[in-house]
This record gives sequence, structure tokens and C-alpha cells, in this order.
Amino acid sequence: MRFGVVIFPGSNGDHDALSAVELGLGDEVVPIWHKERSVDHVDALLIPGGFSYGDYLRAGAIARFSPIMDAVTEFANAGGPVLGICNGFQILTEAHLLPGALLRNGSLHFVCTWVYVRVESDRTPFTADIDPGSVLRLPIAHGQGRYFVTPEQYDDLVTNDQIVFRYSDARGEVHDDHNPNASIDHIAGVSNVRGNVVGLMPHPERAYDLGIGGDDGLRVLRAARQAVIQAVRA
Amino acid sequence: MSEQVTDEVLREVALTRAEYDQVVELLGRAPSDVELGMFGAMWSEHCGYKNSRPLLKHFPTEGERVLQGPGENAGAVDIGENLAVVFKIESHNHPSAVEPYEGAATGVGGIVRDIFTMGARPIALLNSLRFGPLDVPRNQYLFGGVVGGIGGYGNCLGIPTVAGDIFFDERYNGNPLVNAMAVGIVEHDKIMRATASGVGNLVVLVGADTGRDGIHGATFASVENPEESHRGVVQVGNPFLEKLLLEACLEALEVPGVVAMQDLGAAGLTSSSVEVASKGGLGIEIDVQKVSRREEGMTAYEVMLSESQERMLIIVEPDSLPALVEIFERWDLHSDVIGTVTSDGNVRILDGDEVVADVPGTYYTDECPTYVRDGFESARIAAARATDVSRWDNVKAESVFSTLSTLLASPNICSRRSVVSTYDHTILSNTVVPPMAADAAIVRVKGTSLGLAVKTDCNPRYVYLDPHLGGQHAVAEAARNVSCTGATPIALTNCLNFGSPEKPEGYFQLQQAILGMAEVAGALGTPVVSGNVSLYNESGDEAILPTPTIGIVGLLENVNQHVGMSASAGSELWLIGSQVAGLGASEYLAAVHGKTVGAPPPLDIELEAGVQSLTRSLIQDGVALAAHDTSEGGLLVAVAEMLFGHGVGVSLELSEILAANDGSLARAFFGESASRVIVAISPDNAATLQERAGKAGVAAVRIGITGGSDLAIDGVGTISISELKYQWSTGFDRQAADSK
Repeated sequence: MRFGVVIFPGSNGDHDALSAVELGLGDEVVPIWHKERSVDHVDALLIPGGFSYGDYLRAGAIARFSPIMDAVTEFANAGGPVLGICNGFQILTEAHLLPGALLRNGSLHFVCTWVYVRVESDRTPFTADIDPGSVLRLPIAHGQGRYFVTPEQYDDLVTNDQIVFRYSDARGEVHDDHNPNASIDHIAGVSNVRGNVVGLMPHPERAYDLGIGGDDGLRVLRAARQAVIQAVRA
Repeated sequence: MSEQVTDEVLREVALTRAEYDQVVELLGRAPSDVELGMFGAMWSEHCGYKNSRPLLKHFPTEGERVLQGPGENAGAVDIGENLAVVFKIESHNHPSAVEPYEGAATGVGGIVRDIFTMGARPIALLNSLRFGPLDVPRNQYLFGGVVGGIGGYGNCLGIPTVAGDIFFDERYNGNPLVNAMAVGIVEHDKIMRATASGVGNLVVLVGADTGRDGIHGATFASVENPEESHRGVVQVGNPFLEKLLLEACLEALEVPGVVAMQDLGAAGLTSSSVEVASKGGLGIEIDVQKVSRREEGMTAYEVMLSESQERMLIIVEPDSLPALVEIFERWDLHSDVIGTVTSDGNVRILDGDEVVADVPGTYYTDECPTYVRDGFESARIAAARATDVSRWDNVKAESVFSTLSTLLASPNICSRRSVVSTYDHTILSNTVVPPMAADAAIVRVKGTSLGLAVKTDCNPRYVYLDPHLGGQHAVAEAARNVSCTGATPIALTNCLNFGSPEKPEGYFQLQQAILGMAEVAGALGTPVVSGNVSLYNESGDEAILPTPTIGIVGLLENVNQHVGMSASAGSELWLIGSQVAGLGASEYLAAVHGKTVGAPPPLDIELEAGVQSLTRSLIQDGVALAAHDTSEGGLLVAVAEMLFGHGVGVSLELSEILAANDGSLARAFFGESASRVIVAISPDNAATLQERAGKAGVAAVRIGITGGSDLAIDGVGTISISELKYQWSTGFDRQAADSK
């Protein structure tokens, strides 16, 4: 099992993504520079957070044109597990691998804190062995994390079971006080229709060790490992 | 000779006529325009430390752990396992006064470059901020802009901002202070220095193009009333570019032929080329036409004095150039070979074929004049210190809680959550103790069991009312903060923010504060390994409160052996150390009575060292479950702050403390004192604590037990923790709401 971490100019969550897999999960992981053109050597892709291309134009808007993105799209279309975190989520929406868009936070401020998210679907490789209704505690750190979709897109999300994470309290109750960025319907993460591509604003890769505040992020990565192994067996 | 130059020109380069004459004498001729501009920059206080250099010699700068003291881009201190912590604090006050967002942002950018120039990967950022009161709209604008700039730059770079301090006083109106600190980690044998070697080696400029921004920034930082004299010199930051530069430079340092690296900060290409050459005892020749530019028609003078950000100078052996260029190309950064290292010791600047400056490098550095002045204390401040504060020693039992609420909501004490939540403090996955959870933040050193406790601090009111004693307190309190996490303070950096040294009152403050800091730094074994000086912080006739900000680093051999400040239910609270407190220079006098008067509390350095050492050992041995320094606001504020984390109440029994303070509620509850810490322990450990304190010769008194949801004081009454926490949490909001 080998993870790949795609690095764009301005990515800054790459160190954590590499550490989370290597130190937290104990699996193999390789960095993939954005100028490369193949991802054939990995089993799952992590698109880390940061400020790719300085967030110029719009967060993620330029990164989607990087050479590596053709390979990422091909990998995703073939059913490979792809997880976009924070800026990585923004890049995947800009690349139309995921629906919707990420707007400026409701508060208009960057916000860094720990939040709870409730797992809504176990249909994706990144939640495959996590019971729906489970609550994870993860950090967030973003200025543009307010998830937005049109009413038609929202209906599709619900119909196709594409809502993967919602912001909640510690017990899994969803209410406005625990929606840190005014996302529509408290959505913290979604998948594509097939379920293999997931994006979320919280940072599982920064929560892999109790010494740094929590290790719930490992459940997300561990699920992906499990899913890949099962897919190979099947 | 000096008739050749007009007063206007001298003002522009911030040299006095006597200094100009000295330049002429050194050269044996009048300087060229470019040379004059370069002398102005290099002989500014910012680069040349001409007023502070003789005083800085008082600081202890050596110690067993010190690998690099002052004089390089940052200090380096051994932390074991072949690793060093590299850190420095630096001011960006003047730019932030004019353009707060970019001023603060480029302050962060500059200090981060100082760290990776040393070969270290930056792992933490801190900032120490001072503003005028928030009920003045201009101060709100400055505050918002500065906080935005710090977050905007640091968040994008992906370095966590983990600690800092913020203080408000009307004497910062028009002169906010923005001090940024960065901390990095490097292997001993990979520490890079900014010393050129090897005649014939190439001088390579990498990173951003050079534009007209920031020309005269160094001199700008060294004059009063910057808004009047140097409009438009503030640089604009590009954190995205800096991130690329950071990664590319750290890769470039692995190239064997890279012999030196120096960032372009104040005075841009001038100071970086002069410093890199003169430190190596060599010369350097640069052709400004080889410098990539942002705009057309720039003169040699402008290229040499531009302070465009995100640039770095690298000295490389010719054979290694292709490897270096390849790295920068990979990061889409260009690298211009702009000159060579020479043997004659001169800094020679060419504009194509024309020599526009040719001066021995040491003239800019070693020959920089220094001034030892006579200082004396302002009679006004001496009188303020001598004020009898007993007239305010009148808190009645029925007003204890209203006074406590006022203090908790005061801008110098209230919650900083709304600020720190806009800074990314979890990135790099090293943050073990986040902002506000303890007296210092703790970051782990990945791949080891080590942890670093980091904090900035300075109570400028103490320094104002007694510069010598206040300087002592600044170091003692910073070290105490680190000790309250369980870490051992190992070294410090400082940023000396003062008014004009040309005024005897200002010079006195600078001199006395340095002496006080030096004494305690020596006594506590925390050498000064780096620092920065920011003088001339004045608007009109009013100088800022003298603010020698301390940035301190402590070491935990085992990062897990630490505590925070939050007490949980069922803990006993004990006060260890000093029980006697005073109202002089207190937050109580300032926040409740609007007075900055009286003498700061005395400091017994031996007791201070004893209290800190006892605190650390209680934490290391697992006796103390939480610890908190008791400083601004006094005992009750400190107790309340320990309760907010878990929202737990406490029953306080303070008769011994009251007796030690002659029964005065004001002094016992709100008076301030150094050398005291509150620890939370399990009741089972009370005897152990007493025994340990007895052996250490430090007083320890039980002051209460936590539980319930109210703060109850025997003989005074009860108030709910949630009410107190509300006051504390909303302090900033209400300050801002008061503005008209």
C-alpha cells in the first residue's frame, strides 16, 4: 500500500500529509511534484492543503491546470481513492472532480480551531470502516471553507449520498453554533457520485497523534488503506 | 568639504553633517551618490546599532549550549541529538505604523528568512504587539491590519503562530510595536553562516525581482515621525514567493559548493553584500545591471537600496552554479549571477562598465560611529514612581468581584481567542500546547522526544516606571512563563523598542533596561543569542513606553512531561514563592484608576531562580498538574485564568495571603509581585509539595480547592465562573464597542 501526496507550489500541508502516513499510519508514502505526469505508482492520492499558487485568482483555480492534474483526473476516473484536504478540496472542486465551491468563511476571518465532524456516509474509501454517525475531532485552518452548492446540486448530493462529513458538536448533534464557516447544511466534506473522490475542509493529516491534540484523522487514512487492500483482493 | 552636500540630501540618507565629514575623511574624497546612500543605510541605527552597540556588550552571550551568538542572521543553541534551535525576534514598527497589514506581513517574512538563511527549517512563529487603546478608531485599524498581516503571511507560509503577547497603552498611539519572532531547527553540521569565502566565488541573487519599494527603509526605521518623512517606503509582502524561496533555499543548502547565504532585509543589497564580504574579510564586486528588475529605469542607487522582499544572496563556487540554478528553476524562481567575491576587501558596485561605488567594506561596518551618551531620568517619571499609591489601597469586600471583573475584561488581560484563532497554529503537526493553554506554547521536535517551550513577554509599565528593575522583570517573567510549562529556559532573544536615544531621558531608559536584563539573563543562565534594536519610536514629543521585548526558548527533554495552566476539579491550588504584593505599576491601578504610577514590585533574583526551579521539578515529577505565573492583575486574575479552561469553580481560603499583606484586599487580591506561581496538585500530594518547597527554601501556601462552578472567597462571597469567563471572553469586543 502506497500513498502519494501531490505537491503544488504553495502547498504547505504536504509535510503533515507525509508525516501522517509515515509516522501515524506506518505506511509508505511518496511526494509527487506537480510537474510530474503520472501517478501510476501509488494506490491512493492525498491532495494537501496550503495556498497553491498563492491562492491567486481563486483558491485552487490555477493548480487545476498543473501538469499532474491530468493524471489525477485519470486516476480518479478509474476509481482510485483521492482525498482533497482544505486547499486540496478547493482544487478538486475547481477541477470539477467534486461538485460545489468553497467561499469565504461567514465570519470573513481565517479560523483555526478544533472541530467535531459527524461521518454521514461509509460509501467512500476514506470512511469505509467508520460507522455513519461516528464523530471525529479534527483541526480546521482556513479562510475560504464555506461550502456552497446550487439547490439542484444540493438535491443531487442528498440523492446520491455524497455528503460525507457534517460539522457537529461532540455528541454528533448538528446545529449552527458548531458550523465554523457557515457552510450550507453544515457540510464539511463531500464525495463524487462514485464515492472514490472525497474533499473536506478539516485536516485529518494534522490529527494522527494524541501528543498533538488527537488521532482521529488516522481513522480516515486507515479506512483508505483497508479499502485499497480489499479492492486488490476483490 | 561638507559644503558640497545639502542638508536636504543628508536628511534623506539620515546622516549628520559630522558623520558626513567622517565619511569624507575616511575616503579622502567626497562619496558618490551611491556610496552616500550606502553609508546612510549602513550607518543607520537599524543596521549599524550606533547608539546601542556599546550597551549591547553588557548582555551575556555565551553558554555551554550556545552555538551561535549575536552577529549572524539568528542565534543557534544546542538542544541535544545533534540539533540546534535557531531563533530571533525583530521589529517592524515603523512600517506597521504607516501600513499595518503589509508592515506586519513583511515583518514576518523578514524574520522567517533570517531563520532559513541559517539552514534551519522554521517551525514556529510568535509575535509581540503593542497598540494604543482600542477605543480610538485609528488604533482599531492598526490592530486589525497588523493581526491580519501576521496571519495572512504566516498562514500562507505554513508555519504555525503559536504564542505571543499583546499590550495596550495610550503611549503607543501613533507608534504601534510589531515584533515578530521565528524559531527553527537545524542539524549542528548544517548551520549556514553569512560569511563569504573563496576569491572568485560567485554572488547569486535569488527570489523576487528588485523594485523601487522600500528604498530608505533602514533609515526610515531610524527617525522619528516616519509618517512625515518617508511616506511610501513600505514594502509589500508575497508569502507565496517566500514559501517557494524557503523550500528552494533549504534544498540549495544541500549543494556542497554553497558557502554562504544572506537574506536581503533592511538596506537590501547594500547590507547583505557588505555584511557577507566584511565578515569574510574579503571584497565583493556587483554589477547592478545583472539584477532582475520589476520596473524600468531604476538607477544603481535604487537597486542598491531597494528593500523588495523575498530575496536572498548566495555565495557559491563556480562549479556548483549549475546545480544551484537547477534547484531554483524547479521552483520557478530565477537566480542571477550578479558578481564575484574579490580579494581586495572593497565593496565595488558597477553599473555596466561604470564604477559607481568602491569602498572598503569595513568602512561601512567597523567604522560606523558609535555614540555613548549621557542619560538621566525624566523628573516626571521619577515623580510618578515616587507617587504614594496607598490612596488606592481601598478595595472593600463588596467590590472585590466588580474589580476582578474589570480586570478580567481589561484589554491587557482579557482573552486573546479572537486574535489567535485567525493564526494557523496546528500546521506542521508539532503543536503540543496551543496558544493560551499554558504560560508558553510547546512545539515538539519531530523524530525526537524533545519539546520547545516558547514565549514573548515584557511588561512595559514596569520598564517605564523603573527601567533597570523593569528590564530585570522582563527577563524574569519570560523565563517564569517557560518554567511554568515544565521546560528549562535555555536562551533568549530580545527586541529593544525605545524612544530617541538622542534625548537623555530616552538614552537612560535604554541603558538601564539593558543593564537590568543583562543581570537577570546572566543569573538565570539564559544568554542573549540574537536580537534587534528599534529606536526613535516617538510621535510628537511623546515616546512609547520603553519595551524591551523578550523572546525566550525553553527545552523539555521529554515533551510529554509538561503541564498547561488549566486546573481540573478536585485539585488543590498552592501559591509558591512570594506572598507579599504591591500596587505600584500594577494593572489594577491602570485599569481601575487610570494611573501608571508607583514603583514596580522588587525582584529577588535568587528567590526567582528558586521558585522557577521548584516549579519545573514539581512538573517533571508529576506533582504539579497545572501551573500559572501570577503577574499582571494579581492573584485572583491568575486563579480565574486557571479555572476557565475546564469551567471549574474554586473555594479560596486566603487568610494567610491577607495577613502577609496587612489585611489589604487590594494588595492581596490585585497587587503584583514577581517570583510566584500557582500550582494545582492532587490533594494526596500536599505533604510532598510542602516538603519539596521546604527543601528549596521557597514558601508554599495552600490557597484553595477546585470544584463546583463558582469562585468563592471566604469572607468575601461567591461569583459564578461563567460570569467571570464572560467578562474575560468579551473584553476586546467591548473595548472596540466603546469607540466613538
